[in-house]
Amino acid sequence: MIKKFTLRINKKTYTVEADENMPLLWVLRDVLDLKGTKYGCGVGSCGACTVHLNGIAVRSCQLPISSLANQNITTIEGLAEKGDHPVQKAWLDLDVAQCGYCQAGQIMSAAALLKSNPRPSEEDIDNFMSGNICRCGTYTRIKKAIQQAAAKK
Amino acid sequence: MKKTENTYSRRSFLKVSSLTGGGFMLGISWMASAKPEEKLAVMEVEPIWQELTSYIKITPENVIKIYSPNPEFGQNVMTSMPMLIAEELDVDFKSIIVEQASYNPALFNRQFTGGSQSIRSAWKLLRTAGASARQMILTAASQAWNVPVSELTTSKGQVKHASSGKTGSYGSFSTAASKLPVPKDIVLKANKGFRLLGTPQKNVEGTKIVHGKPLFGMDYTEAGMLIAMTERPPAFGMRLKSFDATAAKKMPGIVDVFTIQVYEPNQKLAMFDTRSFNEVIAVVGKTTWDVMNARKKLNVVWENAPETKEIVNNRETIVPGGLESSAKHYADMLAMDKKPGRVERKDGEPEKAFEAAKHIIERTYTAPFLAHNIMEPTNTFAHFQGNKVRFVAPIQGPDFIANTIATRLGIPKENIEINLARMGGGFGRRAYGHYMVEAALISKQANAPIKLVYSREDDVSGGIYRPTYQLTYRAAFDENKRLTAIHIKGGGIPESPLHANRFPAGALDNYLAESWSIPSNITIGAFRAPRSNFNAAAEQSFLDEISEYMGKDPIAFRLELLQRAKDKPVGKNNDYDASRYMGVLELVRDKSGWGKPENANKKRGVAAYFCHNSYAAQVIDLHVKDGQVIVDHVISAVDCGVVVNPEGAKNMAEGAAIDGIGNALFGNLTFTEGRTDQKNFDTYRMIRHHEAPKKIDVHFVANEVDPTGLGEPPFPPIFGAMANAIYQATGKRLYKQPFGNQIG
Ligand code: FES
Ligand code: FES
Repeated sequence: MIKKFTLRINKKTYTVEADENMPLLWVLRDVLDLKGTKYGCGVGSCGACTVHLNGIAVRSCQLPISSLANQNITTIEGLAEKGDHPVQKAWLDLDVAQCGYCQAGQIMSAAALLKSNPRPSEEDIDNFMSGNICRCGTYTRIKKAIQQAAAKK
Repeated sequence: MKKTENTYSRRSFLKVSSLTGGGFMLGISWMASAKPEEKLAVMEVEPIWQELTSYIKITPENVIKIYSPNPEFGQNVMTSMPMLIAEELDVDFKSIIVEQASYNPALFNRQFTGGSQSIRSAWKLLRTAGASARQMILTAASQAWNVPVSELTTSKGQVKHASSGKTGSYGSFSTAASKLPVPKDIVLKANKGFRLLGTPQKNVEGTKIVHGKPLFGMDYTEAGMLIAMTERPPAFGMRLKSFDATAAKKMPGIVDVFTIQVYEPNQKLAMFDTRSFNEVIAVVGKTTWDVMNARKKLNVVWENAPETKEIVNNRETIVPGGLESSAKHYADMLAMDKKPGRVERKDGEPEKAFEAAKHIIERTYTAPFLAHNIMEPTNTFAHFQGNKVRFVAPIQGPDFIANTIATRLGIPKENIEINLARMGGGFGRRAYGHYMVEAALISKQANAPIKLVYSREDDVSGGIYRPTYQLTYRAAFDENKRLTAIHIKGGGIPESPLHANRFPAGALDNYLAESWSIPSNITIGAFRAPRSNFNAAAEQSFLDEISEYMGKDPIAFRLELLQRAKDKPVGKNNDYDASRYMGVLELVRDKSGWGKPENANKKRGVAAYFCHNSYAAQVIDLHVKDGQVIVDHVISAVDCGVVVNPEGAKNMAEGAAIDGIGNALFGNLTFTEGRTDQKNFDTYRMIRHHEAPKKIDVHFVANEVDPTGLGEPPFPPIFGAMANAIYQATGKRLYKQPFGNQIG
């Protein structure tokens, strides 16, 4: 059913009319034109669509819009006002990206990890990040970038 | 300094303004790159770009823009190709704007990403473009200052005249320079004069990527754009019989549902025209979610397709009917091994050597179909209007599909505009542009701009796969365990992987290579290092196993064979350069401390391979824990000639290692009754963070050879090095990929 929803995304309030089952991913991409959050699988298996829900990493392809009232949503566009989150800086410093398609999801996961665990071990990183696929194989650089961001925090 | 004639056709350096309809390059500012844009932003007026060759534009204020001609899919050509221009143009790389060029064969050379050839084929061309523009600026400066060109020098976008102390920016001469002819004779720098090439430069789109800017085809949108998806037969060997769209059309947001024929019956096809299903149902609606939901309401009757014939590359090709399954594929391939194959190469008297052999080792290797699983699913924007069509397309080979689009839509090729979007991976999949034909047909029928989107399931189950392959290696030995002959027989469904003239051909007096293939209706396409990605696994595992039988060190044994191929090569058509092959083996041996006592306890495997004009060798250290392979260290040695951007090149070789390990352990696409058993990442096993190597070191052979390929060469040997290391760790030789489920 089409309904009206109010969403709080990147500290802004949006009013959206959409099917109540529409996943946040498609609300972001097709309705609000926030294209930073990516579609990779639609079944919660790749992490390309990762956003923060009240500071916690979630897969936006699995979250129906009807479940999001009064929640704070952060996407890659709002991770840091100036785009200079320590994770983003480390990513640039180590030139992590290849094609780049998975990286918004990787960065959102990494930022959430460091929030809950500021000094993650290698194993912590492996465990936390294993839901984010990188088809180009930038995993070793991602790990280094997370460690670098953690060290600078 | 060598004076090279500018042999590149003037066509390559045409100026936009000299063409009618030169608007091709404009209007894609959403794709333009990098920080220097801020410079533009503070300019009060529209920048006036002066063209100095089709690759370079400069404003009088000295804002410098370089067009990167080739499609970018993560191999970082958008950084490395402009570096070639910037080196000879003599500008500060960090202060230029890089913009992705649109497809325009009149202005740009070979706009194809594939075969690891972008840098190789652009090496002289793009440097010549940069040097030509610099020459034009110098000429303009010499005329303005009335001094000879020979007294002028340049540095970071400035011209200097030492004796008079005059200086001027490139921009100040750009208007005059743009009116000069492109010079005929130009001088390129000697390698030792490079200031930029060989230094690490950051990805020019890195900032946009980490900020989540809309760079990809999937991200493109414009006013009035609709979303389209297609419903295709659920199995290879099936086709559409009938459908009822009444319920689907009633779904919210749905605008239209109709069928399209991707190609006309009997349309002559070219190599990269492959598509899996010719008649598909298009569902067009407002949002991706609307369209996904409406697809579920389609009532479709599919039927088994009969055998059909197609003309591909002017050759009649049979597409068999029937619903195929993996179990039968493997049985059929084994049966082919028992029959004589097509002889592709024969040196000496291999049959006699095998008859006389005291010992024969025979091993059969297989690998499954693989899906590319490009991270950004297949998509393209298309708007068909009148007799024109405009695309924003993630496409590796725009030039391949442009002709096909023109033929199918019945419009002149010049009426096709293709803006090249950054690709979320390619790996060969996006060399096949059928989706652009589909999108144009849908836009035409829907009479609207549309973005065609494949779901992940559409992509995984939609064809154009790495074929399934088999290779049987036989080696003959005399009573002294000396190798006297090798016989290779290989094939696949539907193509053979065999490269008959590659190593160890050329190193053996007696050698026989045979090939076979089995037709199939499952569609295939190039996948990172086509054929090599399997050959390396089989060949390098086999060499490992026979070196063990002979009691030789695996690296020493390979070097011995290569030495023979170098000193006294057998046959004439050997594809490889034995010295460069040896070079990467020696480098990886030294860098890994191979055979050193401190490494005696490591479970390590080695492999080397040549493809796409380059050489790569790896040593992999791993261990097994709870039935899982843990890769501790990959040491990679690569000879791809001069390395343009070392950090980008390293990233690529690291990615190749991870991609190779992932596919060697897990990559597996199987079929039951024509349907893929895997549909999405919940069933198709991809390598993940915790399975990546703990450490990767990449070493490049330092030489002055003109650049050869890099995107593909470091990938194939990984499969062999993995098999050989797993043997060291488990005592089990593995012959059937993927290896992951055979460890415990
Ligand atoms: S798109 Fe959401 S996890 Fe893959
Ligand atoms: S950088 Fe391409 S998928 Fe991760």
